[in-house]
Amino acid sequence: MTLISTAPATAPVTEAGRRRRPVTYWAYLVPIGIGFGAIVLVPFAMNLYYSFFDWKGGAAPRTWVGLDNYRELLRDDVFWSSFGNTLYLIVAIAVVPTLIGLLLAALLFDYLGRLFGPRVASVLRASYYLPQILPIAVAGVVWAWILETRDGALNSTLRALGIAGGPDWLGDPDIALRSVMIMLIWLQIGYPVVIFMSALQRVEPELHEAAELDGAGWWRRFRAITVPHIRTDIYVVVLTATIGAMKLFAPILILTKGGPESSTYVPSYFSYRNFFELSRVGYGAASATTLAIVIGLVAAGLIFWQARSMEER
Amino acid sequence: MSTRRRRDRRVVALLTTRRWALLIVAALVAVVMLVPFYLLVSNAFKTGADYSQRGPLALPEPWTFSAFDRYLGSVDYPRLLTNSVLIAGVVAVVGVAVSMLSAYAIGIGRVRGRTWVVFVLLMATILPQEALIYPLFTGAQAVGLQNSVWSVVIIFIVLQAAFGTYLLSSVLGTFPAELLEAARVDGANRWVILTRIVAPVLRPTMSVLLVFFFVWTWNEFFIPMIMLITPDAQTIPIALAALKGQNTLDVTQLAAASLLSLLPTLVFFFLFQRTLTRGVTAGAVK
Repeated sequence: MTLISTAPATAPVTEAGRRRRPVTYWAYLVPIGIGFGAIVLVPFAMNLYYSFFDWKGGAAPRTWVGLDNYRELLRDDVFWSSFGNTLYLIVAIAVVPTLIGLLLAALLFDYLGRLFGPRVASVLRASYYLPQILPIAVAGVVWAWILETRDGALNSTLRALGIAGGPDWLGDPDIALRSVMIMLIWLQIGYPVVIFMSALQRVEPELHEAAELDGAGWWRRFRAITVPHIRTDIYVVVLTATIGAMKLFAPILILTKGGPESSTYVPSYFSYRNFFELSRVGYGAASATTLAIVIGLVAAGLIFWQARSMEER
Repeated sequence: MSTRRRRDRRVVALLTTRRWALLIVAALVAVVMLVPFYLLVSNAFKTGADYSQRGPLALPEPWTFSAFDRYLGSVDYPRLLTNSVLIAGVVAVVGVAVSMLSAYAIGIGRVRGRTWVVFVLLMATILPQEALIYPLFTGAQAVGLQNSVWSVVIIFIVLQAAFGTYLLSSVLGTFPAELLEAARVDGANRWVILTRIVAPVLRPTMSVLLVFFFVWTWNEFFIPMIMLITPDAQTIPIALAALKGQNTLDVTQLAAASLLSLLPTLVFFFLFQRTLTRGVTAGAVK
């Protein structure tokens, strides 16, 4: 039916026309197609397959166990608490930096940039952004040392101020996750600032001027003009940062290795440890697949929420 | 009249204080952000004795390169640098080329099901690398690329190009149709249109992508750590993490090593900062 109705609509293809179209555009998708199959699709399917086995890895025998690995995950307290910790990471990577970033970007763009010149604003922006271009390994090493109990930079400073015996930042199970969060906020803040500042350039200055003439203060203009205009950028930042938070691995490995007492375990570190340290490949594969599904669902949820609130406007 | 003027003066004074107060707040945030960098620099140039006596906050007394010497003596830094530059460089160049090819098919060729193609490619950027790593690890062994920089190169070409395709195809979706039409009338085929018309117009966007691919790949941690085992195959950040993993108490060496590990990205970033800012604004085609 569709074939019949569309056929007359397209221009009649002559023999010459057919010859003048030798390769289809699909040919240009061959490199990414092969690469994606070999690096993403097949490995993901294999990982799923491994998750149904009990396997120590390498040449060790593989035993089919069906869904046993997933059943065990459901009962594994460390796995569940690692997802609980992810909520804290989302606060540290997506929520706090977005809020602070919005204020800083608006402050730099509307206020300081105008009063003290664009140079001041761009120097400040660059210093906020610097941690973002740092290799994550460097950031981890530096912070591990800042937060070190005995002669770390933070506790040395406290001692110089007369506060002896500062907290055991990374060694106390009650505060280790908070310490990691501080490092992550530092790491992340530049990202929303840079995105929001370039988004603010799209907001027409006349809007602000008109509102100012009507007597609207900075905070009212911020809420009524700035935020609604860069709403899409806020969504993008929240979405990408949330996904990033759920995948976080390197800072945990370098700063705490999930400790003390598993208080800073995260799902990706859980998978890594089962794969490469505990030689429980099937179990690690099951946890990695679960993480992938959870991230997919959260991302889909955020995108759906965005699409709906865009419609409402 | 005079009271009013006095009030006005007070308001002006208040506004001036407020603007300076806000500048100080913003500057204080900047200082907090930069403190770790200060610590890195000041302690990298200290002697071990100086560090243990005067703590991490003081400036070095005397300034010395001894910590750098110890680090450079314990690793093959030129080798690490070569590995990092090779991996990040090849990934950036080939990644942009592959992105361009596939974005051409999607943005200009408008192949059927293109929305799905982009969606599936974006999934690759959402997936946690843990869900791919074990098969990639065994797969590299199977094809003889275990402990080889090329395994990392191939993996990141694909992962970066998946994102690059998404980005470039949305840019190419708005490519001026008159330019393409004119080229077609002149008898240019699709390959010629891509290489002579589309690519030159998109050069600024491509160079931004190139810089980002380079920096991102340079900074990558998880996959290189798993795939590159021996020191002679490692990248700069992985060697640094390995040094930290040895639980060394030599803090000044760790600081010097960190500084040497971030220096190349910093240099690269400042070299191409103009390209970056120009690229962001030049995204729109004239």
